[in-house]
Amino acid sequence: MTYIIRRFILLFVTLIFISVITFLVFQILPGDPVRTILGPEAEEVQVETLRRQMGLDKPAHVQYLNLVQGFFQGDMGDSIRFSRPVTSLIMERLPITISLAMFSLIIVIFVAIPLGIFTARRENKWSDFLLSSFTQLGMAIPTFFVGMMLILFIGMTFSFFSTGGYVPWSESVAGAIGSLALPALTIALPQIAISFRYARNAILEQSKLDYVRTARGKGLTEAVVVYKHVLKNSMIPVLTVFGLILAEVIAGTIVVEQVFSLPGIGRLLITAVSYRDFPVVQGIVLYIAFVVVLINFIVDILYTVLDPRIRLKE
Amino acid sequence: MTGSVLEVKDLRTSFFTPDGEIPAVDGVKFHLKEGEILGIVGESGCGKSVTSLSIMGLVPAQNGKIVGGEILFRNEDLTKVSAKRMREIRGNDIAMIYQEPMSSLNPVFTIGNQLMEAIRTHAKMSKQEALKMAVDILKRVGLPRAEELIHSYPHQLSGGMCQRVMIAMALVCEPQVLIADEPTTALDVTIQAQILDLMKKLNEELKTSIILITHDLGVVAEVCDRVAVMYAGKIVEEGFVNDIFQLPKHPYTIGLIKSIPDVRFKKRKLYSIPGSVPKPGTLKQGCLFAPRCLHAFDRCHKATPEMVAASPSHGVRCFLHASQEEGQYGGNLIKS
Ligand SMILES: Nc1ncnc2c1ncn2[C@@H]1O[C@H](COP(=O)(O)OP(=O)(O)O)[C@@H](O)[C@H]1O
Ligand code: SF4
Ligand SMILES: [Mg+2]
Repeated sequence: MTYIIRRFILLFVTLIFISVITFLVFQILPGDPVRTILGPEAEEVQVETLRRQMGLDKPAHVQYLNLVQGFFQGDMGDSIRFSRPVTSLIMERLPITISLAMFSLIIVIFVAIPLGIFTARRENKWSDFLLSSFTQLGMAIPTFFVGMMLILFIGMTFSFFSTGGYVPWSESVAGAIGSLALPALTIALPQIAISFRYARNAILEQSKLDYVRTARGKGLTEAVVVYKHVLKNSMIPVLTVFGLILAEVIAGTIVVEQVFSLPGIGRLLITAVSYRDFPVVQGIVLYIAFVVVLINFIVDILYTVLDPRIRLKE
Repeated sequence: MTGSVLEVKDLRTSFFTPDGEIPAVDGVKFHLKEGEILGIVGESGCGKSVTSLSIMGLVPAQNGKIVGGEILFRNEDLTKVSAKRMREIRGNDIAMIYQEPMSSLNPVFTIGNQLMEAIRTHAKMSKQEALKMAVDILKRVGLPRAEELIHSYPHQLSGGMCQRVMIAMALVCEPQVLIADEPTTALDVTIQAQILDLMKKLNEELKTSIILITHDLGVVAEVCDRVAVMYAGKIVEEGFVNDIFQLPKHPYTIGLIKSIPDVRFKKRKLYSIPGSVPKPGTLKQGCLFAPRCLHAFDRCHKATPEMVAASPSHGVRCFLHASQEEGQYGGNLIKS
């Protein structure tokens, strides 16, 4: 219990920290948002008026508090380019990005863990060599290249997979899956290459421990020994890795949304950056930071589910 | 002649490493009679654990292998049975407890879960019945508040409690043979005595035959009926505990007896046999104890002594005693 409370406090502190940093970065960043909106020929009076309207004439700490308040009230100002509230711009695109990220994560989990188990059971020089080559390759190939290859060889061959654009879940479930499968796979592949090794090593390491011998000594089948005893223990270190992987996956959506023309947060971010759409960029950065911190918190909670030594610690 | 539950004949178990074959157990021969407690004693690295793991069929498969001999459990050769048959025997007919009780339990499952798993692997019964049985067996091994303990995790228990749980887990299917590999080495002295008492009590009540492995002859004196002294992968002396203590024959056994800590002289520096157990396979020729033996003579460095009978129930593997015997020591000659 105290563990969860401690983690919660940590979550809170991290959020404050991140929001302050984000705020400061946008303070330091060159370029004046007000002048960006009004253009280079704007009059000084106009500039001052708008600056006051946007609250940018206030002292820094007041601006910061406004930002925080706005974040929780869902009011992050208006987009310069779209002249619409940042919050609704983000909310419209959020389902796409979240679907994509979850889809990728599910692929990673359901491929990496079985692959880790499979390869752990066949430990020898040759498989080691093949697997580390695969890992190197998976990490070295850039995501956009993987994406384009998938479009070329799978997307163009099977009509089920769309090679660009998005079909909402509400419209057609199969369509949504078809439009997300290839981008999700693109994000997942390098992550599988990394994470299955962690799973494999964790399983190999756990398999050597005394309790595994006890389990065999009871007369349990290999399946029970591996899938019950070894796996649950191995998932504790693997969980840490999946926390990091999920952050990577979210970062991956930014590039992949470009390659597959998915109208998600990533595309919004890139458009916003190129238009110097300062409120949108700030909103998205805060959103991503918030999600990553939240993921870490969830991972910490999951530890307590898996590991009684953490759950029951004073 | 009372039957033997278990007979190990010329067992050889090796590990295969880049440096070559390591014959950790090299021709071990002993038998375990119905209802007796047999001690196997020897310094660390003698091959005691590998012997017991061989019997359980749990020699680490990555690099270890039984390369010869027989392990007869009620005349069934365990080195030849199928993996499936071995699983039926493991935990059900032959059970084992280990040196490190804390790490031998799975940290992420409750005591109850691990006990019930042992029960339900070999007996078809409902969860409720298994739970009741688990609570009963915990009480039986002297654990207080068994109903609560069932829901605890290993890290919440002391080493002594964990070892009692391990014993409970091993006994829950009422095995005919219990192999205890240094069950008290990791525990402190008072707990050690309690655990030994418990094993003795269970041996009497349940008629479980026990192989008690230890590096401490003092433990053997307390609980065992017979003892086999092991050195560098071989049994070097075997006999009834009284005979071995009163008339030890092998220089190694004599050294071990001298190294038993004497409670009366706490301050006295403990005797220990000079030198250490040779790495298996390093000595190619002669008696493996020769480099450390005060009595070694020419022959000891050239030939390997065979097991000979000092009496029908007392075997010894040493050239000093080679003249007394008639023929080979059989081990099975022992009268009941
Ligand atoms: N997995 C292994 N790989 C290689 N050698 C091993 C392995 N396990 C045990 N041995 C060797 O076998 C010998 C006997 O070990 P062991 O049976 O554990 O001794 P004891 O239990 O009597 O202390 C030791 O010399 C040890 O180095
Ligand atoms: S055979 Fe020789 S070296 Fe070996 S124990 Fe006997 S006397 Fe010592
Ligand atoms: Mg040992």
